Amino acid sequence: MQGLVDIFKPLYDLWLSFEAFMVGPASPGLLGYWIVIALMMTGFYIVIAHDNLVKKIVGLNVFQVSVFLFYILMAKVTGGTAPILAEGITQYSNPLPHVLILTAIVVGVATTALGLALVVRIRNAYDTIEDDEILAVEEEEDR
Amino acid sequence: MLMMGAVGLAIARIRDLFAVSMLSGIFSLIGAAAYVVLDAVDVAFTEAAVGAGISTVLMLGTLALTTRKEKLGGGKSKSTTAFLVVAVTGAVLVYGTFDMPRYGDKIAAIHHHVVPRYIEKSGEEVGMPNIVTSVLASYRSFDTLGEVFVIFTAATGVLAILGRARRRREDEEADEGGSDTKGAAS
Repeated sequence: MQGLVDIFKPLYDLWLSFEAFMVGPASPGLLGYWIVIALMMTGFYIVIAHDNLVKKIVGLNVFQVSVFLFYILMAKVTGGTAPILAEGITQYSNPLPHVLILTAIVVGVATTALGLALVVRIRNAYDTIEDDEILAVEEEEDR
Repeated sequence: MLMMGAVGLAIARIRDLFAVSMLSGIFSLIGAAAYVVLDAVDVAFTEAAVGAGISTVLMLGTLALTTRKEKLGGGKSKSTTAFLVVAVTGAVLVYGTFDMPRYGDKIAAIHHHVVPRYIEKSGEEVGMPNIVTSVLASYRSFDTLGEVFVIFTAATGVLAILGRARRRREDEEADEGGSDTKGAAS
């Protein structure tokens, strides 16, 4: 049993130092933003590097969620709780970004639905959902 | 959030679109968990229901109407260019974060202006304990009305696009049927 604890001790210490780096007063406190940027760039990469239209829409979704996460990260206040009024709580996190993102999520799904409908329509017209093949078909029609 | 990064990379690599749409649902769900940790419970609800639920259903519906496999393509040069563009953009964004207020900072600019008023007065003025709800439905209700218009427009657009496609396919089938019978008659 003690051996098991010894194995996981360094991992736990690593997590503690990560947390301290993330929220501690002496830390840069920017790590969350950097993770968001990494996610955002993953989505961006999917959108520009893949030819499949469904994949592109998934990439847009990834990008979108990372932007949402960015807003929610900014809304967090150290020591604050969820913005629901209750007795004995003085510090709340910022409710305004939450409202904005609530709206943005729903609008995002509306645009996703529209994009997927366009994909279905493109598939009916060109018989493919790959960007390069659509271009090839177009060039053939121009000739 | 590191888990979200892992799922995002998996989405970028996997070519089976069914797995990709499932992973995007998982991605949203982990995002919802992250929102709970960051005090945004309302956003987490919406993300879990709408992002993880409805989006995944929409994706699966699209896959049923199109194909499941992504074809190999693009080539090495394209993905290298894309990676370079992404790396440069990411570096610029990271440089931009150095001017950002630190995580959890109480004196950051976004926690001032109208926000303290919402937190202090919304309980008396609207009578709702949930501040997010009172801002959404009372102070910013015109925004929410606009959102409803956006959804309505999107729904109309989807129906217009798909409805026309279906009608055209029926026309084509009718045409084919007509030529078939003609062929049989001659």
